[in-house]
Amino acid sequence: MIDPAAWSPDLIPDLLLALLLPGLALFVVAARQIAAALIGFVAVGLVLALAWVRLGSVDVALTEAALGSGLAGFLLFGALRRLPAETARPPAVGLRVAAGLLSVLVAAGLAALVLSLPEPAPTLAPAAVKHLPELGVGNPVTAVLVAYRAIDTLMEAIVLVPVLIAIWSLAPERAWGGRPAAFAGLAPRPVLTLLVQVIAPLAVVVGVHLFWTATSNPGGAFQGGSVIAAAWVLAMAAGLAAPPPVSRRWPRVLAVAAGVVFIGVGAAGAWLGHGFLGYPPGLAKPLILLVEAVLVLSIAVSMGLLLAGPPGDSADSGERR
Amino acid sequence: MIGPIVDGFSAVVVALGVLFFALGTLGLLRFADAPSRLHALTKVDNLGLGLIVLGLLPQVAFPLGTLKLIGVWLLALLAGATTGQLLGTAVIAGAGNPSPASRTDDAGHADLAPADPPVLPGAGPT
Repeated sequence: MIDPAAWSPDLIPDLLLALLLPGLALFVVAARQIAAALIGFVAVGLVLALAWVRLGSVDVALTEAALGSGLAGFLLFGALRRLPAETARPPAVGLRVAAGLLSVLVAAGLAALVLSLPEPAPTLAPAAVKHLPELGVGNPVTAVLVAYRAIDTLMEAIVLVPVLIAIWSLAPERAWGGRPAAFAGLAPRPVLTLLVQVIAPLAVVVGVHLFWTATSNPGGAFQGGSVIAAAWVLAMAAGLAAPPPVSRRWPRVLAVAAGVVFIGVGAAGAWLGHGFLGYPPGLAKPLILLVEAVLVLSIAVSMGLLLAGPPGDSADSGERR
Repeated sequence: MIGPIVDGFSAVVVALGVLFFALGTLGLLRFADAPSRLHALTKVDNLGLGLIVLGLLPQVAFPLGTLKLIGVWLLALLAGATTGQLLGTAVIAGAGNPSPASRTDDAGHADLAPADPPVLPGAGPT
């Protein structure tokens, strides 16, 4: 199976990653505390991001680190925090073994699929690269996301809104219209304040850079938006920026803006005879940048609100309206 | 002729950094209480990563690559110091004000237990 001639010292990091990832995954399944399993889950995401970098998929690595590890980890910790203590126990051994076996089965199925691909594997890469000059975009991943498969990205932009509605629906009746209460009641911590004051401006710059550079380098609206959202949530946690009450109009407008602009651009394409989500020649790059810019804004706002959670019924959320 | 010297410097300094990481990991696993473990961890962030970055500096393109590496180190320092302080404070607060065992032991709620009255400045993005 393995050709000894293919061995080179460059493979040592890959080998370490290949050993580390299943090890960490095993830790997540076997951990005796939920919090430990969650920390393991975040670590798996970060190591997985390294693996994607080694595979040359920096776009995927950025998404995994920002969304799969950071954002998902934060959401899971928030869910754990909401669980009553008596239900926040780790599942029984049998359930964990079953979950582990199911994961192994899925991984084995995927591995079998990948290994059974013909050599060379069928690819659409040449077709994706061929039309890059017409789009004025240098990164084929961005071209796929906002041009060839724009409809998928449109759905991703829209799906955040129902998710936000679902999370807000968890609010108790009397708390509706108030501020998300996840960070209420936390004492101000000077260390965290300092961190936010240093990190937040940097995060905004990094987020905008990730979006702006995506036309020619790895990056994108989702990665950039989630970095900005993370900085916003840190500021909320530090008590430097109170989350907006859910009754406010501006967070809602910003959350749906991407879907509206995206559909508007798509409909304009159809009206001009290029088909829904077809870009007129010459205008492709500015339109892509417009869509991506609004996407960053919407993603940052809706993810920040997702992470802030539903308005709670803590005593102060009503009076600070 | 300067090449081998620079490469040797990189190899030695990076190896030293790796040694610090190994020692820090040992400390994290072996030290008795949480503050000592945090000390081991943050020391590693500071010195181990610092040495690795120092060793890699001659290997990257001068202005941009150098600045990026130093930026990574500074950010890791900031993050390590902040989380170290936050965890340390939580540990001390948890020791002085023990919360129900089921919460701290099973679900790791300990860091969220101390709930002082909220002092939130109204300067939100509203």
